[in-house]
Amino acid sequence: MELLLDSLFNGVAIGSVLLVAALGLAIVFGLMGVINLAHGELMMLGAYTTYVTQLIFKLPILKSFYNSYIIVSIFLAFIVSGVVGILLEKTIIRKLYGSPLETLLATWGVSLILQQFVRSVPLAYGTGLVISLIIGLLLPTTFPSKIKESINFKYFKFSSWIIAALTGVLTGNIISSSVSKLSRASARNVDVTAPSWMRGQVEIIGTAFPKTRLMIIVITVISVIAITLFLNQSAWGMRIRAVTQNRQMSDCLGISTEKVDIITFGIGSGLAGVAGVAVSLLGSVGPNVGGNYIVGCFMVVVLGGVGNLLGTVLASFGIGIMTDLIGAGRLLSIWPDMPLPLSNTINFFATTSMARVMIFALIVIFLQFKPTGLFPQKGRMVEN
Amino acid sequence: MPLSKIKFDKKIVLSLWIILIALIIAAPTLLPVFRLNLLGRYLSLSIVALGVDLIWGYTGLLSLGQGIFFALGGYCAAMYLQITSSSEFPNNIPEFFALYGVEKLPFFWEPFRSPVFTFFAIWIIPALVAGLIGFLVFRNRIKGVYFSILTQASLLVFFNFFNGQQKLINGTNGLKTDVTQLFGQMVGSESMQRLFFWVTAFLVIAAWFFAKWVVKGRFGNILIGIRDDEPRVRFTGYNPVIFKTIIFSIAGGLAGISGALYTVQSGIVSPQFMTVPFSIEMVIWVAVGGRGTLLGAILGAVFINYAKSLVSEALPASWMFIQGGLFILVVTALPEGVLGWIQGNGPRNLLQRFGLKRKIETYPSLEINNKEQK
Repeated sequence: MELLLDSLFNGVAIGSVLLVAALGLAIVFGLMGVINLAHGELMMLGAYTTYVTQLIFKLPILKSFYNSYIIVSIFLAFIVSGVVGILLEKTIIRKLYGSPLETLLATWGVSLILQQFVRSVPLAYGTGLVISLIIGLLLPTTFPSKIKESINFKYFKFSSWIIAALTGVLTGNIISSSVSKLSRASARNVDVTAPSWMRGQVEIIGTAFPKTRLMIIVITVISVIAITLFLNQSAWGMRIRAVTQNRQMSDCLGISTEKVDIITFGIGSGLAGVAGVAVSLLGSVGPNVGGNYIVGCFMVVVLGGVGNLLGTVLASFGIGIMTDLIGAGRLLSIWPDMPLPLSNTINFFATTSMARVMIFALIVIFLQFKPTGLFPQKGRMVEN
Repeated sequence: MPLSKIKFDKKIVLSLWIILIALIIAAPTLLPVFRLNLLGRYLSLSIVALGVDLIWGYTGLLSLGQGIFFALGGYCAAMYLQITSSSEFPNNIPEFFALYGVEKLPFFWEPFRSPVFTFFAIWIIPALVAGLIGFLVFRNRIKGVYFSILTQASLLVFFNFFNGQQKLINGTNGLKTDVTQLFGQMVGSESMQRLFFWVTAFLVIAAWFFAKWVVKGRFGNILIGIRDDEPRVRFTGYNPVIFKTIIFSIAGGLAGISGALYTVQSGIVSPQFMTVPFSIEMVIWVAVGGRGTLLGAILGAVFINYAKSLVSEALPASWMFIQGGLFILVVTALPEGVLGWIQGNGPRNLLQRFGLKRKIETYPSLEINNKEQK
C-alpha cells in the first residue's frame, strides 16, 4: 500500500511538471494550431527570471522579503515569457498562420537565438532588454482612449518606446553594478535555491514527500484552475473559444481575431514561464533546460487530443505514472515472483532513458487505435 | 520562363559536366587534407539532404527524425569496421566490450562480419526502419505537424536507446572508425580518405540522378499531388499511404548511405548523430537551397555546412545567431529557397523593382496568381 502510494506520488510529481509545461503548449497548439518549438526556451526564460529575481531579492533593500521571492517570480516569469511570446507573435508567427510546418521551422530559429542570447549576453542587460520590451508593449495600451484614437497616436507610441528603451538601459546598468553575478555573460548552469520554508520534507500518511515537489503540484493545480476559469468564465475566454471553433464566423460577428491571437499566444507563453519556475526548483538552470521538456510536452498534447484541457491533464498524469512505474522498475516490487523472461524485460527498461523508449512505444500503439488522442475534436471535416 | 524549363545547349551541359568531374578528380591535389575531408563530409551530408527534399519538398512530409536513419547507416558501417579489425583484442571482439566486461559478441553483431551483408545493411536497414515507422504513422492518416512531432519523438527514443546501451553498442562514446582497417589500410589514413572522397562525390551524383528519376513521371506527380491536396489524391483512387511509405523509406535509405559515408570520413559514429538539432539542421539546408529542386538540396547542404565551419572558426558564438536568423529569414522572406527564387523569376522581379528591366505586361489575373499552389 505504502509502495503504491509512493509510486502514485512520484508519478503525480513527474506528471505535474509535464502538465504545467504542456499546458501553455496545449493552449497555443490546441487553440491556435501553432506549433511553437521555442516553447522550451520560453520555459528557460521563466527559469532564468526566477534566478534573477532570487539574486535581486538578496539585495539589502529587499532582504527582508527574501522568503517570498518564489511567489513574486511566478508572476514575473509569467509576464516576461508572455511579453516575449507576444513579441514573437507580432513579428513572426502572425505572418505564418495557416502554414504550421513553416511556423515550426521559424520558431526553432527563435529558440536557437534565445539560447545563444542567454549564453552571450549578461543577464543584467538581458533583464534590462526584457523590461524595456514590457514597457514598450504595455505602456501604449494604458493610454486613455482619447489618445488612442487620435491621429497622433503613432507619435505617442514612438515616445513610449523611447521611454522604454531608456528605462531598460538604466535598470540594466543598475542591476549589473549591484549584482556582480549578473554582470558577466556565462554559458554555465546556475542554481536556484529554494527559500527556507520550501526546503525539507512533509510527511503524508507515513511517507515523506519533498516540499519543492509539493510546491510544483500546487503551482500546476493553480495554473490549471486559473486557465480553465479564464477560458470558460471570462469574456475573452469565450472569444478565444469562439475563434477556435470558427475563425471566419467570429470575425464576422465582430470579434477581433487579431487581439484573440495575441492574447492566446501571450497566455500560452506566459504559462511556459510559470513552468520555468517549476523546472528551476528541480535542478540547475541552463540554456538547454527547455529542450529536455519540449518533446515530452508535445507527446502529452498529441496523446491528450488537441483543444481539450482535460485530455492534457489526463495524458500528463498518465505518462507521469507510467514513467515512474516503468523507469523505477516498480512492477517488480509489486509482483516479485513473476516469470523470468518478463522480469528480465522489465529490468531492461528500468532506467529513465529506457522508460522513455517504452512510453513512446506505448503511445504509438495507443495512437494506432485512437489516432486523434484521448478526446478528439468532433466534426465532419475531411481534413483540417 | 522558369529556369528549369529552359533547354540548355547540349554542348554547355556536357562541358559543365566535364569541368565538374575534372574538379572532383583534381580536388585531392588542390585542397589541403583537412579541407578535403570537410568537403567530403559535406558532400555526404548532401545525400541525406536529397532524401529530405524528396519527402519534404516533393511530398510535403516534414520529418524531423532523419537523424535516426543517418545514424543507423553510420552504425552499420562502423560495426563492420570494428568487427573486422578486432582480431588482436581479447575474445576477438571490439576493444570497448572489455571495458564493460562483455565476453560474447551480442547476437546482432554477428552478421556484420560479412562485407556483403554490411553493404546491403547500410541502406536496407534504415529504409526498413523508415518504412515501418512511416507505415504505422501514415496508416492512421497522421500528418502535417503531428507527423513532424512523432518523427522527432522517435528520434529521441532512438537517441535514448543508443545512448543508454553501453554493453551493446558502446553508448555515449559511440564507435570509432578511424583506427580500424579496411582493405588492409587504416580508415583514417590519407589515401583512404582520398578514396572516400571520390566514392562520396560519385555517390552524390548517382543519388541525384536517382532522385531525379524518382520524381519524374507518374510516381513523382502523385507525390506532388499528395503534397498539394492529399484528399483529392485519395478520392481519385490512389492510396497515399503506399506512396508516402515508399518515399519515406527511400529517404531513409539515402540517409543511411549518407550516414555511412559521413562516419568513415569523420572517424566516429555516436548518438550525437541522433540529437534533435542535427535533424532539424538537415531541413534548413534544403529550405535554404530550395525545396523541391533536388540540386538546391545538394548545394544547400554543402554551402551551409561550409559557412558553418568558416563562421565557427572565426566567431564561435555567432553561428547560433546566424543559424537561427537563417531559419526565420528563409521561412518568412524566401520560402522557395535560393534556387527556387532564381528559377521562379526572382532576379528578374528584383531588377524590375529597381527599374532596370522592363515589366512584362500580362493579363492582371495571371500576374496575381503566378505563384504555384503550395
